[in-house]
Amino acid sequence: MKRMLTGLTAVAAVGLAWAGPAAAEGKLNIYNWGNYTNPELIEKFSKEYDVEVTLDGYDSNETMLAKVKEGGTGYDIVVPGDYMIQIMIGEGLLAEIKPNEMENFKHMDPKWVDVWWDPGRSYSVPWQWGTTSFTVDTEVYTGDIDTLALLFEPPPELQGRINMLNDMNDVINAGLRYLGYPRCNGDKDQLKEVTELLLNAKQYWRTMDYSTIEKLTSKDVDLSQNWNGAAMRARAQRPTLKYAYPKEGFTGWMDNVAVLSDAPNMENAKLFVNFIMAPENAALISNFARYANGIKGSEAFMDPEMLDAPEINMPADAPTPDFVKPCPQETVDLYNKIWTRLKQ
Amino acid sequence: MAEIADTALSDNRLADAKRLHEARATRTRRFLLSPAILTIGIVGLFPLTITMIYSVLSPGTYGGVTWELSGEAYIQFLFERDIFDDTLTFSGSYLQIYGRSIGLAFVTTIGALLIGFPTAYFIASKPREQRNLWLFLITLPFWTNLLIRTYAMLLIIRDEGIINLSLMGIGIVEQPVSILYTDTAVFMGLIYSYLPFMVLPLYASLEKLDFRLVEAAYDLYANRLQVLRRVIIPMAKPGIVAGCILVFIPGLGAYITPELLGGGKHLMIGNLIALQFGSSRNWPFGSAAALILMAVVMVALLVYIRNAGKEGARHG
Repeated sequence: MKRMLTGLTAVAAVGLAWAGPAAAEGKLNIYNWGNYTNPELIEKFSKEYDVEVTLDGYDSNETMLAKVKEGGTGYDIVVPGDYMIQIMIGEGLLAEIKPNEMENFKHMDPKWVDVWWDPGRSYSVPWQWGTTSFTVDTEVYTGDIDTLALLFEPPPELQGRINMLNDMNDVINAGLRYLGYPRCNGDKDQLKEVTELLLNAKQYWRTMDYSTIEKLTSKDVDLSQNWNGAAMRARAQRPTLKYAYPKEGFTGWMDNVAVLSDAPNMENAKLFVNFIMAPENAALISNFARYANGIKGSEAFMDPEMLDAPEINMPADAPTPDFVKPCPQETVDLYNKIWTRLKQ
Repeated sequence: MAEIADTALSDNRLADAKRLHEARATRTRRFLLSPAILTIGIVGLFPLTITMIYSVLSPGTYGGVTWELSGEAYIQFLFERDIFDDTLTFSGSYLQIYGRSIGLAFVTTIGALLIGFPTAYFIASKPREQRNLWLFLITLPFWTNLLIRTYAMLLIIRDEGIINLSLMGIGIVEQPVSILYTDTAVFMGLIYSYLPFMVLPLYASLEKLDFRLVEAAYDLYANRLQVLRRVIIPMAKPGIVAGCILVFIPGLGAYITPELLGGGKHLMIGNLIALQFGSSRNWPFGSAAALILMAVVMVALLVYIRNAGKEGARHG
């Protein structure tokens, strides 16, 4: 889930103090994925509500959870992924701020209201959502790209030219889909088959890394597992790249804005949650990081090249993105063993 | 009489003043040392204690720990527990990762020694006023961040990098030579990063080398190999040992270089430990793995110190 990392950007603390003529009325501390927040959005919010905003970055859901669990972080806003929202509600870390009673809630696309991680939206609102699939150079490989076979049993021209994400869940889930087995799988026989599939496919992979854009644009690889926004950014520099919608299925994910239960600036946090549901503000978020946002009417304010991008607009016949739920600890333990064996 | 009493009095006063002075010096010393001791205590021992405690607890559901004593983290390192009947079978996965890291650190150390020794000897044999310039050149790479230097390396050796483009331009090779994302690339990166740590201590001991001893050896009909083996190397030994330790230990825990240049297909110790605190959600095992690494390093150092001590006694 380190999709926002373009390289090894460490946690970067960026203080965006709004230099107003008078002292700001209040404060707001945001803890979001690195390189994911549009500075224009923050500036606009500061001006409108006279609030001094600070922004910190993290590189994985688990890093954020570990820090928040310790308590007393001083953060008001966090932006966890779907499964992490469910975990944090269960652990009592999020405040029930009732976005569904806020003024701008009417702008939210109805399909994102009754989601499994926050049914009815009592805790969180969409930040951005996307898919995890892969990108292929259609000049190098001219056949049908919409199949996971390209990752696990690649044709000769792609062998040794593949980058997989360095992510246990993304790699194992792709393997499970290719073999037609369910996700969060505790069945040892099926997992054994997946392990053999992965171990055999590894000889065709050149790298396992998060920096997908750089790997593709430098021509180190011709195929990379990828997130749709990153795929769009890579295509801008290497126009022959194409984002695949494999028939076996692919992962969908959504990052959501939520407020911590021990937030020091609760009222400002609620203002911010309402603020980003306004279409013109949601569009600012998307224009920066290149993912869709889940707010109706935001298209009118988005960059034109995003509106017809094949990475953002799925073809009608593509499978529905699969939003994978958190797996039980026994399954995570099994996945760990597979992952260690794969990389030993 | 009065004179004697006077002298005694002044003696006393002198002793008093001396005691006072010593007490003050001790106080000053303690005061001046306290930042270092506090720093070591807070950023060294305190986290280490936490790591030790965490390693014998049970993993929490979503990261963190639960306060239940358990030796599972250490058992897991060597054995795999069967899901159904709870039996333990030996598993070499983690040992293999440790083995690879230790092997790579070892090869890097040898490589750095082979390159670093002639370099240090060359600098030490230069006239005194030129040596500082050479040393300055050796330390120059430290002015740039390690991450940046590793990225630069990546740009140089990649398929469409400077080396391959020029080789293809001259016509020596048709297809680019694949160096990046192999063990060779990691090895090159590690040597490049740690070479100064080898050269500097080697230089420090070679600088003190009395070249008259080398001349004496030649006078006694030693050939060049014998001079190197019997005279120069024994005298440079403290530098060799210090250099090897300074390269081996950071090489063992290297994280960025294998990650960037190795392509991430194989886990190294550093990456294995990081994984346990992230998506693996097993902090106790991460702590145990870190402590096991530390134990390996400490045992190696203790063995060295004991041997060095014995040797010192024999020479003495």
